Amino acid sequence: MSNSSALAEAASPEVRERPIVNDLTIQVATVNGSGSQSSNLVLLRSLFRMGIPVGGKNLFPSNIAGLPTWFTIRANRDGWVARRRRVDYLVALNPQTAARDVRGLEPGAVVVYQAGMRLERQRDDLVFYPAPLQDLAGEITREVRLRKLLANMVYVGVLGELLSIAPEAVDASIAAQFRGKKTAIALNHRAVRIGARYVRENLRKRDPHTVAPMDRNEGKILIDGNAAAALGAMFGGASVATWYPITPSSSLVEQLEKFLRRHRREEDGKSTFAVVQAEDELAAVGMALAAGWAGARAMTATSGPGISLMSEFVGLGYYAEIPAVIWNIQRVGPSTGLPTRTAQGDVLSTYALSHGDTRHVCLLPASTAECFEFGWRAFDYAERLQTPVFVLSDLDLGMNIWATDPFQYPDRPMDRGKVLTAEDLRRTGSFQRYADVDGDGIPWRTLPGTDHPAAAYFTRGSGHDESAEYTESEEAYVRVMERLARKFETARSILPEPVIHAADPPSEIGIIGFGTSDPAIEEARVTLREQAGIEVDYLRLRALPLSPRVLDFVAGRRTVVVMDQNRDAQLLQLLRAEFGDRLPAGVLKSLRHFNGLPLDARTVSDFIAAMDLGVGA
Amino acid sequence: MRKRTARVRRRPRANRLGLSARDYRGKPSTLCKGCGHDAISSQLIRAFFESDIRPHQVAKLSGIGCSSKTPAYFLGQSHGFNSVHGRMPSVATGAMLANRKLIAVGVSGDGDTASIGIGQFVHLVRRNVPLIYIVENNGVYGLTKGQFSATADENAKLRSGEVNRLPNIDLCGMAVELGATYVARSFAGDPKQLVALLRGALAHSGTAVLDILSPCVTFNNHPGSTKSYTWGKDNEEPIHLLDFVPEFEQIEVEYEEGQSRDVQLHDGSWIRLRKLDQDYDPTNRRAARELMLDAQENNRFLTGLLYVDPDKPTFLDTLEMTDTPLAHLEESRLRPPPEALDRIVASYQ
Repeated sequence: MSNSSALAEAASPEVRERPIVNDLTIQVATVNGSGSQSSNLVLLRSLFRMGIPVGGKNLFPSNIAGLPTWFTIRANRDGWVARRRRVDYLVALNPQTAARDVRGLEPGAVVVYQAGMRLERQRDDLVFYPAPLQDLAGEITREVRLRKLLANMVYVGVLGELLSIAPEAVDASIAAQFRGKKTAIALNHRAVRIGARYVRENLRKRDPHTVAPMDRNEGKILIDGNAAAALGAMFGGASVATWYPITPSSSLVEQLEKFLRRHRREEDGKSTFAVVQAEDELAAVGMALAAGWAGARAMTATSGPGISLMSEFVGLGYYAEIPAVIWNIQRVGPSTGLPTRTAQGDVLSTYALSHGDTRHVCLLPASTAECFEFGWRAFDYAERLQTPVFVLSDLDLGMNIWATDPFQYPDRPMDRGKVLTAEDLRRTGSFQRYADVDGDGIPWRTLPGTDHPAAAYFTRGSGHDESAEYTESEEAYVRVMERLARKFETARSILPEPVIHAADPPSEIGIIGFGTSDPAIEEARVTLREQAGIEVDYLRLRALPLSPRVLDFVAGRRTVVVMDQNRDAQLLQLLRAEFGDRLPAGVLKSLRHFNGLPLDARTVSDFIAAMDLGVGA
Repeated sequence: MRKRTARVRRRPRANRLGLSARDYRGKPSTLCKGCGHDAISSQLIRAFFESDIRPHQVAKLSGIGCSSKTPAYFLGQSHGFNSVHGRMPSVATGAMLANRKLIAVGVSGDGDTASIGIGQFVHLVRRNVPLIYIVENNGVYGLTKGQFSATADENAKLRSGEVNRLPNIDLCGMAVELGATYVARSFAGDPKQLVALLRGALAHSGTAVLDILSPCVTFNNHPGSTKSYTWGKDNEEPIHLLDFVPEFEQIEVEYEEGQSRDVQLHDGSWIRLRKLDQDYDPTNRRAARELMLDAQENNRFLTGLLYVDPDKPTFLDTLEMTDTPLAHLEESRLRPPPEALDRIVASYQ
């Protein structure tokens, strides 16, 4: 295969006639607010229960009801769950988009649709399975709303029969979906059976796709990144969470509050937490910072527009050295942008948020497991470093559903950082809030309410010296700013190191990425290796400031691709700004993906295959 | 006409904690000589001293502006937080969420509250966060050299002769409208009333809004100003005379029936309101709104305790937090055990 030709996505079918087992992308095209989400989740869980690696992505509009929505399920025996461009099974339920949806399919794809929509006239290279979903649901009820809902479950039955999804897996998934609601469970079971019966009696299987049980999900769970983040925060001891609703971050604090109510109420019914919905993001971050100042484990969650609003307060947090955790579930900007689409567009703005010289610690989770882990670790870093700590997730990670191994309980006690108590002060007699007594750039602090006359200090965003006194002295200003830079170097040394996958000997080609680029990059590496003989080493960043190991990774390579899910190659810009001349010339090559959809493997593999690598394939 | 009972009272050298007034002082003020804000700081020192407040329990919060600098000038043994412009309410809220045992005093100005921070002011009051919210109101932006603020009265004149054509925002009226539970208006030139109102605020459980005319001697103290010392002295109309009676002191002096009202505050202390021209009931919200409307329409400078509701639950009460401040919870109460994680994970299988 030549380097310039497009590579197929991993494990794609070569021969259509042979059965294709456990390698399938299903797309359900519907209208938002139609109640199809439960059916899609049942479908996803059923495949999951069969032990097949699976992931679900919801492409939804910023709207309550009536606009097109696409839910995509990818089942893949090799474990690839990145978005895939090709759709094998389209469930076309939205008349508004059906024609376009069908037009976009590759030859051989399957269309399941409401009989009467006449989609079969559109193309002759697809497999069409019409089914009278509404009429079939009408066998159960004549009530219009309920019938519409159950029609969604009928297509689960249709797909289940066509693809050989284990009926017991479907039944169990329905039971899990409608937990405890006996009538709902019974009605949905019936809808599924009716769908399946219709296929048996009326349709002939004419496509090669099928699923079969595997054992890849032993012990695994299905969860969205925001739930994982919320759990991590709770096990990190989050005590104050203040927030303002914004897609795609709202579900983080909503789920956090749910978990806290269940697990952080004491025997007397009293809470060991406070969750406050603020009047805007300015108030949300102001409350979080002040709570951190007063000694709580405080956090907020938001997305791009909220980050912009938080800018001034975050600068105060940096300069006055106040711990707080801020989750940024990135969506597409600028401005309101595409509020329900995913991006990594806030790397630079978050890293250097606020006016003047500011730099912030950013954690970069790539999986739900890391959302959990960084969820609790972020508090340790914030309190250790006495600074706002950001966690840069995104809509794809936060709101979509991922299979993961169970989360690891925190392996260390909480790090509450350098806090002097009244007892400490009785020993030392005094303290200086912003003095670097340990040489790591991190000063000591006291909490309001500390019962010692020397405990108090005055926190301010204006110029201050080591004693926290107001000053406009140029020397004191420079001293404090230099110490803050030193503190940032300490941060660099304690944050999660990049994950590096390198061949032995190392390949001449590398790729650097972070966050949700990960599944697509991993899949592309295998495709490139198997189909083009190209080995690509991979460094996945897990935190900012950048680890010096990035320089080692780049050194000696011919080409290193820098993967950005934004237009302006923000990560590449950051590498250049931080490392400057220490980067070898001409090695870094930018790959950008910024259409709001999750990154797919082909974008990566096609780009690398098409590069002039000077190596044979 | 104002009538005042002259009562000479010797200031005790030490309060019941054995602390002297010196223990409640802060750094020397850097404000202009004669600034109303400094007079308010002095009364804050006196109120905290006389009310036997332990300084370390106090958190002083502020936004940006001349007023917001003042927390450095009182209670030097208390933590202070001079935050960002107009955002003191969120900072106060966050601090109280973390440590409900703190006594929070927020100092703001008319620019800080009535313009850039009006949204946060509204929501703080709506929530009834435990906080003494002081607005040092002088009708101008001092630090930026004398522009009108949103509390400047209609037709008031700047020194330059510029006339304010917009109606003023009445923060007290707004506070009552929003459900505030302690609303007072006072004057930096009336220390006796001010200290009683401050002590009452300290005894109150929810938000106490004190809108205090605090003349700016540099930019708004000229003839034609409606926020000057002279204007304040000439126009102040106290709606009652105020005495603060701590919970541990017996109310001894008896007044004739109908001559005074006693309002018991949350901590058991009393505010005694002695009747002047009319019998005003500050627990009547409707009457308070009417009075303030009248004051605004007729440009009257009514001072005193305009409204009080001592029993309304505070924001912290509604959150049902544990008694231990969240900031003091040890790890065992913050991090659920491994079994909890196992159970949650199982529910996702």
